[in-house]
Amino acid sequence: MSASDITQYFDYIFMAMLLCIGIAVIRLRNLFAVVMLTGAYSLISAAWFVSLDAVDVGFTEAAVGAGISTVLLLGAMLLTSREADKTSLGRHAAAAVVTIAAGAGLFYALGDMPVYGDAASPANTGVGMEYVDLTAEQIVIPNVVTAVLASYRGFDTMGEVFVVFAAGLGVALLIGLGGSKREED
Amino acid sequence: MLEVLAERFNYAVIIVLMMVGLYAVIATGNLVKRLVGLSIFQTSVFLLYISVSKVFGGAPPIFDYKDLAYDKLDPNAIYSNPLPHVLILTAIVVGVATLSVGLALVVRIREAYGSIEDDTLAEADYSLELEKGV
Repeated sequence: MSASDITQYFDYIFMAMLLCIGIAVIRLRNLFAVVMLTGAYSLISAAWFVSLDAVDVGFTEAAVGAGISTVLLLGAMLLTSREADKTSLGRHAAAAVVTIAAGAGLFYALGDMPVYGDAASPANTGVGMEYVDLTAEQIVIPNVVTAVLASYRGFDTMGEVFVVFAAGLGVALLIGLGGSKREED
Repeated sequence: MLEVLAERFNYAVIIVLMMVGLYAVIATGNLVKRLVGLSIFQTSVFLLYISVSKVFGGAPPIFDYKDLAYDKLDPNAIYSNPLPHVLILTAIVVGVATLSVGLALVVRIREAYGSIEDDTLAEADYSLELEKGV
């Protein structure tokens, strides 16, 4: 370990909290508790994002992940059921096999990941850092993430708007806008 | 071997978090809980990307506006990589859009079948097919 940073100690705390919540979500059957724990999971992730210097991602995750997602899940839970059925042992076995296989594959590839926090890693030397220099010259606004989002990669953001529109349309077609009630059969 | 793991400890734990989400998707028959598992998986993937963009000793990629206005930015200042942040901002919003479509489907399934447990749904489909004589 060559370089280090004070935020590494925060990382360990956040990891421990997220793991506990994840395992609790698997074990619990009360859907209200599961949904609220997902909100907590998102909020702790948002705190971790801030500690990892991604402040914009942090507040988007806190607003959208911990806020809107939780509200949507709560609404869906109230319209459907409050309690999940007990899962069979065979299902747990199947899940264990799949996750261990997938996890082993990912761990095998772990050695190819860039070193954590390394400024000279391939991921952190390319176009991303160029945006930092270019924003100061070309766009001249303080927040580099905003400059990249709205200007350099504006087409991505436009595509995102189309996806959100399509999703809204899909939801409206699936559950209706509540205007006209269907005739009873 | 141990050093490789020590330098990438974050990624290792985040892989475990992803697998926790995947396990929650597979090990339950309840459709709402499945979507919860998917969103845990998704958040863990976001964490993986943001971990890659972290630079030790770096600041968030935001300039001091006074330095920017008077053209006195420190050329040697270290910032974290802003590109993964942008990609994940897009992914978070798209994630919520897909989650809402999934939940709308679950609500419709509940209206049509009266249940959101996949065993019950499979049985109902099977008995429908038997009635039709397929």
